[in-house]
Amino acid sequence: MVSLFKTELTQFKLYKIMKISKILMVVGSLLLLGLFVFPLWKITLLAPQYPEPLGLNIHITHLSDGVQFNDVKNIDLLNHYIGMAHLPTEENIKTGKAEPFVEFKIFPIVVGIMVVLGVVFGFMGKPNLYLTWLIIMILLGIAGLYDFYNWLYIYGHNLDPNAILKITDPVTGKPMGYQPPFFGYKKILNFEVYSYPDIGAYAIAAGMVLAFFAWITGKKEVKR
Amino acid sequence: MKTIFRSLLFILVAAVSLNSCAPTGSNKETKGTAKGAIAGNAAEKVYVAPGEHDSHYAFLSGGFSGQLAVYGLPSGRLFRVIPVFSQDPEKGYGYNEETKPMLMTSHGFIPWGDSHHPDISQTSGSVDGRWVFINENNTPRIARISLETFETEEIIEIPNSAGNHSSSFVTENTEYVVAGTRFGVPIPQRDISIKDYKGNFKASLTFLKVDPETGHMNIAFQVRMPGFDYDLSHPGRGKSHGWFFFSTYNTEEAHSLLEVNASQNDKDFIAAINWKKIEEYVKNGGGKKEPAKYAHNLWNDDEHSATSTMEKEVLVVEPKDVPGAIFFLPTAKSPHGCDVDPSGEYIIGNGKLAAAMTVHSFTKMQKAIADKAFDGEKYGIPVIKFDAVNYGVLDQPGLGPLHTEFDTRGNAYTTFFISSEVVKWNIKDLKVIDRHPVYYSVGHLMIPGGNSQHPDDKYLVAMNKITKDRYLPTGPEVCQSAQLFDISGEKMELLLDFPTIGEPHYAAGIAADKVAPKSRKIYKLEENKHPYAVKNEAESKVVRKGNEVHIYMTMIRSHFSPDNIEGVRVGDKVFFHVTNLEQDYDVPHGIAMIGANTSEMLIMPGRTSTIIWEPKEVGVWPFYCTDFCSALHQEMQGYIRVSPRGAKTPLTYTLDGDVPGTDE
Repeated sequence: MVSLFKTELTQFKLYKIMKISKILMVVGSLLLLGLFVFPLWKITLLAPQYPEPLGLNIHITHLSDGVQFNDVKNIDLLNHYIGMAHLPTEENIKTGKAEPFVEFKIFPIVVGIMVVLGVVFGFMGKPNLYLTWLIIMILLGIAGLYDFYNWLYIYGHNLDPNAILKITDPVTGKPMGYQPPFFGYKKILNFEVYSYPDIGAYAIAAGMVLAFFAWITGKKEVKR
Repeated sequence: MKTIFRSLLFILVAAVSLNSCAPTGSNKETKGTAKGAIAGNAAEKVYVAPGEHDSHYAFLSGGFSGQLAVYGLPSGRLFRVIPVFSQDPEKGYGYNEETKPMLMTSHGFIPWGDSHHPDISQTSGSVDGRWVFINENNTPRIARISLETFETEEIIEIPNSAGNHSSSFVTENTEYVVAGTRFGVPIPQRDISIKDYKGNFKASLTFLKVDPETGHMNIAFQVRMPGFDYDLSHPGRGKSHGWFFFSTYNTEEAHSLLEVNASQNDKDFIAAINWKKIEEYVKNGGGKKEPAKYAHNLWNDDEHSATSTMEKEVLVVEPKDVPGAIFFLPTAKSPHGCDVDPSGEYIIGNGKLAAAMTVHSFTKMQKAIADKAFDGEKYGIPVIKFDAVNYGVLDQPGLGPLHTEFDTRGNAYTTFFISSEVVKWNIKDLKVIDRHPVYYSVGHLMIPGGNSQHPDDKYLVAMNKITKDRYLPTGPEVCQSAQLFDISGEKMELLLDFPTIGEPHYAAGIAADKVAPKSRKIYKLEENKHPYAVKNEAESKVVRKGNEVHIYMTMIRSHFSPDNIEGVRVGDKVFFHVTNLEQDYDVPHGIAMIGANTSEMLIMPGRTSTIIWEPKEVGVWPFYCTDFCSALHQEMQGYIRVSPRGAKTPLTYTLDGDVPGTDE
């Protein structure tokens, strides 16, 4: 490690421009590590009786309380009125009320791989590899968003036929769906629901922007 | 004939003109003044818009209700009644198994108390918003209420005392909370003639040490005083920190028809107690441990259950053994309130029967003690010469002065019961600045932070004993009330009347930002260490132990688990141990059982509570949630089948047809 570090230092001195693109690429991919700390997405619910909103943080490994202590449990509790499936909390999984999300196992592995790949590509210093990484990230991002949308749809429509409240859509006459907004705002019964990316998603975006600039700067350097 | 006619005419005219100043007319005038005294923008000053918060908390004693009421200022809105010394069926206090021990005394379980003087804990001479202390007069007790949970956490009985009135005031770092005796008693209690009062009946001034971390109280020592009536007290502060002052009446030591016989002396005393000196004496092994019996009831918040312990001895200090610690200051006549100004220099006796305010000087007192400027002694306690300690007397500022509070500008505000007014006067000049009528017959008054070095002197609350025509009548018993004044200007301005619970003996106020941010929102279920707690529905169960049936029940929106129970028999003792599984702010559930000879229970999220039901009749008996918890509150109900004595009905318990924890 020590010798490698030294080699890097010498290279930095020789090729100053390369240093920047490499740094951009390495830092960009390391930013993904933020996903292990910060939530990817956040759904916030406001209602007359919730002046302090309820919040659901979606991480790559689990769900967490978005605004106050016990938000996840309380959102899950409210969901039972409309017959929505239970959220995969530790307690619900333990008592067999919910199945764990496979995504919570896969996502950390995928992110881990992308971090390693990004760092390795960065040190290899080939701009095309940066671009490759970026394209993989875009594809993964689209897949992830599609998966997220899918879950929102399932939770919003896959309702218990014995639900306490069965409300029909006044327009279609069909049972009302409760799909939370994918992005932005939606009014669902007494709740005003907001759904926006959170710090984790911004970290990915920043990582991808850095990778993009790494590719641009890297290309200029190769031309020189 | 003509003269007779003339004189008749004269009488008639006189009668008519006299009649025009009859009481009805003047009464109308008074009422007109009362309303006219309210300035045009008073409504604006007390208007707290919907959804907005008051700037101050006011804790008003519930008097003979035994409780403590929490109001907001300036709106005068009542937020909560904290049960302290009396059972409260609304909250299950004193009815459920967890809180019953809070009301234990050496006389057994007592369901009622007479609460008097709330005082907020202090740090460095400022109210700190950690605890409220309040005394009970009838069965002498001091309670401590947490301002994090707004629940009573501790009640300690005061032995060797009766009429625990000159209590529960705290020193400026909450080193001690103090309890005095109003009714002298034989100590120890014994079978003697009441006629032998003089010299044989004694009073105790009790100093309770407060643990700075937990707030737990313990009796550090009792000073055994002559059997006068110790009416009110206040601590020294700033320069007089380390002293405590108690007003006395009945220095005549009368035991019958006190209204006459205890009103003979032109001057009674303020007793000055140097508690630092006594503390030192006790630390060095002074005082004598005497047998005593008093209950010490402590709330354990983890288990949210109280335990009552009967204490067996108390440390007694005789004044003669600590020379230089206790003095009497002659004070005009039968003083009620004994108040100390924010600087600690002036000790004021509110001479109830003399219509005079006696202002003593702490500086003069120290000099008098050094010079031994004494005028004899009483039961071995030196009486300081009046002129050697007195700063001055404010003569006749009104009739029947009772209590005084202070602002930060050197002014005192005194209530006058008989002339029904609050009078503002300058202490240094001994001059009246302003007076304002109150409706009617005011007792205590309160300025937030009043018993501290730093009064928060925007508002003054006057607490009135009589209301008569001020509110819509409610039969012979009408409310007592408080009146809010703005005292930020030169003149006091009446802003608002609001009714109170019980008789508001004194109050304590504090800026909301010192309390509100620390107010607890929720009890975490995972921290619930109640021995009968059930943390999730799957563990709810029913267990029989002989003729005891223990139901470990859970509640969550909106059902009980289990909600169908069979196999209970007449003659059983059924324990409902109910846990509220909710973890959302402001979602309590209640439970009431038909035929239970107790109250409902109101259970906060994350908490467990127990009531006992002894079914007497065969049948199927419902129970239900008493606190509207959700849109499905009305559905939150269940049944218990009660079989005859000795029946073989198997014990079963289910939720939706399954034993909890076994479905799927």
